Amino acid sequence: MRWINTRPSRGAQLALMLLPFLLLIAAYATGSAARLAENANDKLLPSLTGFADAINRLAFLPDARTGDYLLWSDTAASLIRLFAGLGISTVTALLIGMIIGMLPYLRALLAPFVTVISMVPPLALLPILFIVMGLGEASKIALIVIGVAPTMVRDLALKAQELPREQIVKAETLGGSSWQIALRVVLPQILPRLITCVRLQLGPAWLFLIAAEAISSDSGLGYRIFLVRRYLSMDIIFPYVVWITLLAVLTNFVLDQIRIAIFPWSELEKQG
Amino acid sequence: MSELIIDGVWKEYGDQIVLENVSLTVASRAFVALVGPSGCGKSTFLRMLLGQERATKGTILIDGEPLPSEPGPDRGVVFQRYSVFPHLTVLGNVLLGKELTASKYKAKLFGAARRAAIEEARQLVAEVGLSGAEEKYPAQLSGGMQQRLALAQALIMKPKVLLLDEPFGALDPGIRAEIHTLMKRLWHETQMTVLMVTHDMREAFTLATRVVAFERPRDRPEEKQRYGATITRDISIWPPRRAGELSLSSPDRDGPVVLQGPRRDDPSSSPSGDR
Ligand SMILES: Nc1ncnc2c1ncn2[C@@H]1O[C@H](COP(=O)(O)OP(=O)(O)OP(=O)(O)O)[C@@H](O)[C@H]1O
Ligand SMILES: [Mg+2]
Repeated sequence: MRWINTRPSRGAQLALMLLPFLLLIAAYATGSAARLAENANDKLLPSLTGFADAINRLAFLPDARTGDYLLWSDTAASLIRLFAGLGISTVTALLIGMIIGMLPYLRALLAPFVTVISMVPPLALLPILFIVMGLGEASKIALIVIGVAPTMVRDLALKAQELPREQIVKAETLGGSSWQIALRVVLPQILPRLITCVRLQLGPAWLFLIAAEAISSDSGLGYRIFLVRRYLSMDIIFPYVVWITLLAVLTNFVLDQIRIAIFPWSELEKQG
Repeated sequence: MSELIIDGVWKEYGDQIVLENVSLTVASRAFVALVGPSGCGKSTFLRMLLGQERATKGTILIDGEPLPSEPGPDRGVVFQRYSVFPHLTVLGNVLLGKELTASKYKAKLFGAARRAAIEEARQLVAEVGLSGAEEKYPAQLSGGMQQRLALAQALIMKPKVLLLDEPFGALDPGIRAEIHTLMKRLWHETQMTVLMVTHDMREAFTLATRVVAFERPRDRPEEKQRYGATITRDISIWPPRRAGELSLSSPDRDGPVVLQGPRRDDPSSSPSGDR
């Protein structure tokens, strides 16, 4: 049989899925063991028990100085910023994206502007944000919005424009006004795409969040990583990185499930 | 009443002349089949009648009034593809016209008004043979069922003029014959004037009261750009078919059709229906 036609069974699929992760852990464990055998005080590749210690300390014991459980307070601080930024971006993208996609006059006005804005490197704007908005939450959330919203606006505008002309004309022959067509034809069809769009922007959003926290903050996952870097605390940095990845993977999964639950037809379309 | 008068219409796209000097008067309640080679501008002609596209020269009158410059509820349409909304169920698709007309801002109906509209929509869904599939999404329907849904969706508006662009082109002969009987019955029962583009001569002659052919009189490669297509033939079916009337000579040819037995792609008999 051709390779392109061979498919793994369910069990094999699960095994294959886990394999790279297990290999990674095994490679790490061997590397760490080798280094620790050479020098018991090596900080670069701590042992797995070292990680367990650090996780226990950060997640289940209160911090000596503040009394907070650091992992959880850091997570809460970061997630609030992340979701505030993504939320603002989503609403902006939906409004402006639909306007650009549907109304030729406003497309002429806004589309080139949004395209140019989306090319501005957001991190280059970070100093300006800190100067103008101060070092508080606002500037961090603003960085996420500036970083992800323009791309989302462009994506949704494209999606709205891609709807077959026939559908819009059909809606007109059913007596639909611009507003009604926006509400009943365009909006429901781009909402699933909006969710997908948020999923794709999770990576950039985390990037901008951590960048902002690294430079100026007193809490947050990114802040902690860059703080303990000074003491070479790999036993904290590694679990934090894994934790951030897990949070992102989970958000991604949950968003997709939400899409399938609310818009079952969008899944049918994909198969069809 | 819904008479169409098309007078000296030209359509150009940039340098290319697609249609030249098309004149046609379509009587109220006529069923006109438009035929012609691919690319000669039949769809373009239909789009102009729809108001989606404007004639470069010439006038189009509907009931003596100039044609509105955008599509509206008086002219229904079924395209070859993309005619139904993928995010709405069968019932939702048919209901949409009612909701858009009745509720200006919310575009949704509630309570008694909604129940009445649903009742009407269900009847229409049954009429096109889709009862049982009301809660399905278009992606779960076969091509033939989707086209019948598009038809029901257009008919709930009770348009004066119904424009069909190769609506049944992609269907297999069996389903097509069933849709033809349905089409005939609907034409007899409603008040609309129908214009249908088709590549199938047999379809044209079984359904229409009049068959109009578009052609390019000059079709050499170097002339393609400068000369458009126009009406070259205009055949009235004889003995004449009239909406709502049985033909005296052959009643079974034109009479309102009585349906017998279940249709091939009825949801109940279709394997793809319960996917
Ligand atoms: N938007 C457009 N811009 C430029 N040229 C166009 C446009 N739409 C159609 N044409 C041209 O007009 C001509 C007629 O196209 P049209 O789609 O009306 O043909 P048709 O008769 O419907 O063909 P078919 O039977 O294959 O559907 C074609 O040569 C096409 O290239
Ligand atoms: Mg065509």
